[in-house]
Amino acid sequence: MQARVEIHLKKGVTDPEGENVLKALKLLGFSNVSSVQSIKVFEIRLSGLTAARARSAVDEMCRKLLANPVIHDYRVEVRAGR
Amino acid sequence: MKTSEVRVAVLLIEGTNCEDESVAYFRYLGANAEKVHLKQLTGDAPAELRRRLEDYDILMIPGGFAAGDYIRAGAIFAARMKRRIDRDLVEFVEAGKPVFGVCNGFQVLVELGLLPALGGTMTEMPEAVLAMNDSGHYECRPSFLRQENRGGCAFVRQVPRGRMLRVISAHAEGKIMFPRGIEKRVLKELKRNDQIVFRYVDDRGRYAGYPWCPSGAVDNIAALCNRDGNVFGIQPHPERCFFRYLHPDWTRTGGPEGLGDGSAIFASALSYVAERF
Repeated sequence: MQARVEIHLKKGVTDPEGENVLKALKLLGFSNVSSVQSIKVFEIRLSGLTAARARSAVDEMCRKLLANPVIHDYRVEVRAGR
Repeated sequence: MKTSEVRVAVLLIEGTNCEDESVAYFRYLGANAEKVHLKQLTGDAPAELRRRLEDYDILMIPGGFAAGDYIRAGAIFAARMKRRIDRDLVEFVEAGKPVFGVCNGFQVLVELGLLPALGGTMTEMPEAVLAMNDSGHYECRPSFLRQENRGGCAFVRQVPRGRMLRVISAHAEGKIMFPRGIEKRVLKELKRNDQIVFRYVDDRGRYAGYPWCPSGAVDNIAALCNRDGNVFGIQPHPERCFFRYLHPDWTRTGGPEGLGDGSAIFASALSYVAERF
């Protein structure tokens, strides 16, 4: 199984990285860019698990390590793959 | 207990820093301090190197970039501790022994759930976060901190309330935040519980924004303790101003002799242990 985990900042939480990238893009002349949101992505391979169990395991990984619930939301996609 | 009998463990894994200085300063004040790798506490070291947390009186988690600060600052160090020595940690804290987190160590304590610990000694999930500075980058400069604790924190017994210390900030993720929506309630509870220890101020002692508060931390909070006052996390580095000559302005403010502003925090923890145990 292959899992893709996206860690987002919750709505309303300041995103200095996104704001700095927005500023840099504008300085480079990309004047049509109106916002940039930084997202962290983890691609995780799992073996020996069904899709449902893989999702459950990845959800636990998010709660125990990958996300801090104070500022993060996360989204998990699980698909078959090596 | 005599100060010379106080055993201090300064915990390290890959990427921690200032552990040598911290051990040296605890020793300078007369304590029996040593560096201890996390694997020495989890049984993953040769028998002669294994240590037990319960054999120490103070646990310090130093600054640095533990495990590369990957995922989030302090997250991997905290997850490893929680997985392997969570019961030992809870027993240590509930015995009243001091736990001292500096910079990255503060981030570890927050990720562990040992601070602010409003929901118990060590909460299952973090109740706060030390997020990226508002500036979006690493900030390194002296900061003015005002002591605001009413007497419950073991780490400021020798720092009178209202006193300003000059301590060295050096962090990218130092902005303490609490869950949106309940932030005001959390702050009220922290104040009621006497858990706010230091706040960033300007050179005249007024609450001020950047660069006096280098991160944009909520309510200018620079240091917190738990409800019992024995778990303490501070974002700037007191060990980097342990001696006067480590202060960047010593040449124009009284010379190099003697102890610097950060030393009182180390001395407070030692005096607390010496008197209590």
